[in-house]
Amino acid sequence: MATTTFTMKVFRGQAGHGDFRDYKVDVEEGMVVLDVIHRIQATQAPDLACRWNCKAGKCGSCSAEVNGKPRLMCMTRMDIFQPGETISVAPMRTFPLVRDLVTDVSYNYVKARQVPPLRLKPADPDGKYRMMQEDVDRAQEFHKCIECFLCQDVCHVIRDHEEHKPAFSGPRFLIKIAGLDMHPLDTVDRSDFVRAQAGVGLCNITKCCTEVCPEHIHITDNGIIPMKERMADNYDPIVWLLRKFRGARQEPA
Amino acid sequence: MAKTAYETHEHDVLVIGAGGAGLRAAIEAAAQGVSVGLVCKSLLGKAHTVMAEGGIAAAMGNVWPEDNWQVHFRDTMRGGKMLNNWRMAQLHAQEAPDRVLELERFGALFDRTKDGLISQRDFGGHRYARLAHVGDRTGLEMIRTLQYHAIHQGIDVYMECKVERLLKDGDRIAGAFGYWRNTGEFVLFKAKAVVLATGGIGKAWKVTSNSWEYTGDGHSTALWAGADLIDMEFVQFHPTGMVWPPSVRGILVTESVRGDGGTLKNKDGQRFMFNYIPEFFKGETADNEKEADAWYTDKKNRRTPDLLPRDEVARAINSEVKAGRGSPHGGVFLDICTRRPADYIRKRLPSMYHQFKELAGVDITREPMEVGPTCHYVMGGVRVDADSTQATVAGLFAAGEVAGGMHGSNRLGGNSLSDLLVFGRRAGLHAALYAKNLGGQLVADSAQVESIARAMLEPFGRSGGENPYAIQADLQETMQNLVGIIRTEAEMRQALATIEALKERARKVRVDGGRLYNPGWHVALDLASLLTVAECTTRAALERQESRGGHTRDDHPYTDDTWGKVNVVLRLRDGAVQVSREPLPEMPAELRALFQERK
Repeated sequence: MATTTFTMKVFRGQAGHGDFRDYKVDVEEGMVVLDVIHRIQATQAPDLACRWNCKAGKCGSCSAEVNGKPRLMCMTRMDIFQPGETISVAPMRTFPLVRDLVTDVSYNYVKARQVPPLRLKPADPDGKYRMMQEDVDRAQEFHKCIECFLCQDVCHVIRDHEEHKPAFSGPRFLIKIAGLDMHPLDTVDRSDFVRAQAGVGLCNITKCCTEVCPEHIHITDNGIIPMKERMADNYDPIVWLLRKFRGARQEPA
Repeated sequence: MAKTAYETHEHDVLVIGAGGAGLRAAIEAAAQGVSVGLVCKSLLGKAHTVMAEGGIAAAMGNVWPEDNWQVHFRDTMRGGKMLNNWRMAQLHAQEAPDRVLELERFGALFDRTKDGLISQRDFGGHRYARLAHVGDRTGLEMIRTLQYHAIHQGIDVYMECKVERLLKDGDRIAGAFGYWRNTGEFVLFKAKAVVLATGGIGKAWKVTSNSWEYTGDGHSTALWAGADLIDMEFVQFHPTGMVWPPSVRGILVTESVRGDGGTLKNKDGQRFMFNYIPEFFKGETADNEKEADAWYTDKKNRRTPDLLPRDEVARAINSEVKAGRGSPHGGVFLDICTRRPADYIRKRLPSMYHQFKELAGVDITREPMEVGPTCHYVMGGVRVDADSTQATVAGLFAAGEVAGGMHGSNRLGGNSLSDLLVFGRRAGLHAALYAKNLGGQLVADSAQVESIARAMLEPFGRSGGENPYAIQADLQETMQNLVGIIRTEAEMRQALATIEALKERARKVRVDGGRLYNPGWHVALDLASLLTVAECTTRAALERQESRGGHTRDDHPYTDDTWGKVNVVLRLRDGAVQVSREPLPEMPAELRALFQERK
């Protein structure tokens, strides 16, 4: 089997300090960046910190920036690089560094808890729910999310603006909301939350999130843009005035 | 010596593990109004459940109205070669449909039938299409649903926290001691009841579908705390793991590929499973391709042998490869591309399509996959009371993979996710009731805590000593080669000797660096549990002198009825693992009758 030697520039450090260190690693056919990191751990730097679990793109643990691009290390094959190329591996920049490739992603867990949960219509008399596959498909797209937080990492609303974090949920949680709203049986109105706390208005649709999504979810086109359009409808000044005089329109049950 | 510094948290119920079983247990305990802590080794939502693919087995009858709990019970017992705890199998079959509907109430969106009900798919060993599913990412849907339900129930979640030992007050559980992986600082949990939901032991083998987390923590801590383990000889090698490229060897290829029409072939293009139908399953298995293919749409036909229980299929693949009829990289072919249209494959098996495309450069809608057995699941575990899930230590409960008995000698696909929900709920409920009824104050022994903490820090700065990764790799190699799919006494004796030597090496392990998020240290700490479960499996496997389910002996190739009446039980006495045989609970006559009705 062909073996190639790569120079890996891996970020080593902890909050406040750190730099890239070079590791020369033998790479065999089929290996991914995560395999290379594991090889460094096993042979050169046992304390090199990184997260991982499934090694198959299903758990979203091994997020990092490879040559500056947010990616899952387990799904980044080494054969996309030129033999002999130097490859940098850095932690996600949007979150505070814990150590090496591990960041403090608690921002995401805080935002997750804020989203108003599902409240379903009552079941049919036989205790079962009936939903058509076509209706389920729309929401299922967003249920594919593996919470790798790469979309959060790349989102420039928060990547370079710590001050936006309190009032912005980030793409991950905007599509979480979209998924809840598209649940065929959900009854909750999240529009105030989407505007005031999730901060959908801060997104200016550069689609960076969609580009890095390893699940290929159409975050912007199918999630955020329709949400922005609904917000715009709700706050159309003419509609607002009409409502003011006629009373709010009754939503169909 | 200075007293060890640690933070302390107190809960009525402490749930260790936040996969399907742990989350469901925590939700149920919180619903009982007690204070609940939930500890997870990884971030929340990353536990092994997330990787489950096929579905949740439940006799809902949405696709085949003929299905009911009795049929599911019968399939489960036969799949486990009748060694299952009958009461667990009964509760599981009876309660699974309600647990699936409940998950839907929590927000899960399953694939639908034409009538808008939850769709169900075929799987190995199940008489009817029975698995509620979401494409081939059912586990992801399940863990997200439970996770997002749980975070609104007032449960305290401790992420990236590892429990090293359980603490006791006299004969009762009193809490647990561990560390934050993030900071390396110690943490003490005081708890009246502890639910173990820590999953399995697969990281003791080299080729495995299991992640770094699966180091048998729950099995070992329970054993060390005085609890019994049963059935540890039964380890499931899933027949279809990826075999190429080497770096992905062992990653799971869902049984849904065969459930949805895929078939196994050798290098000559022969559907070899027809040559491996055991006597036990002859009556219900098709012996020709025509009938096998007709079974998918008409259940009056007998089931395709591609969907025999996993132990049978794994052994068959093993034999084909040994006979020189395997694929170029030492597996066999799994073909769905010639049997189903590309659109169907992409819709039903999206993550398999993705996984092979990205990791192996194989388009499964145009080429066959190469697959081979991979260590996947341990049937054995903590011996529990079927109804309450309580272990043989008061205040200790166990649910999911870490519990033993439910699956007998071999688990059917799809029965794991349902097991997590059924027994996760029961564990949470009974742990909460136990905690509520427990009067007085529990005191965890502080001298015990001091000695655990000291031992945990010893590898730092040890001069000489070995890299923990090397010891882990040697253990994996040993278990793979000597306690794998096919076992013999001589090889297992050799394995035991090697394990003893590895224990000695582990006592001198050296860790470089500090306590802050140090994977080398984490691997070093996990060695104790990994070596313990490896020893347990090997000792139990030596004891059982027959072949059954996930335990095949080359030197005892037949299934023996006298062994069908006993569990191999392991317990720690005076620091040594003691092995005994104890009778299975006896199945009542009305359930026994279910096995006489039909071949």
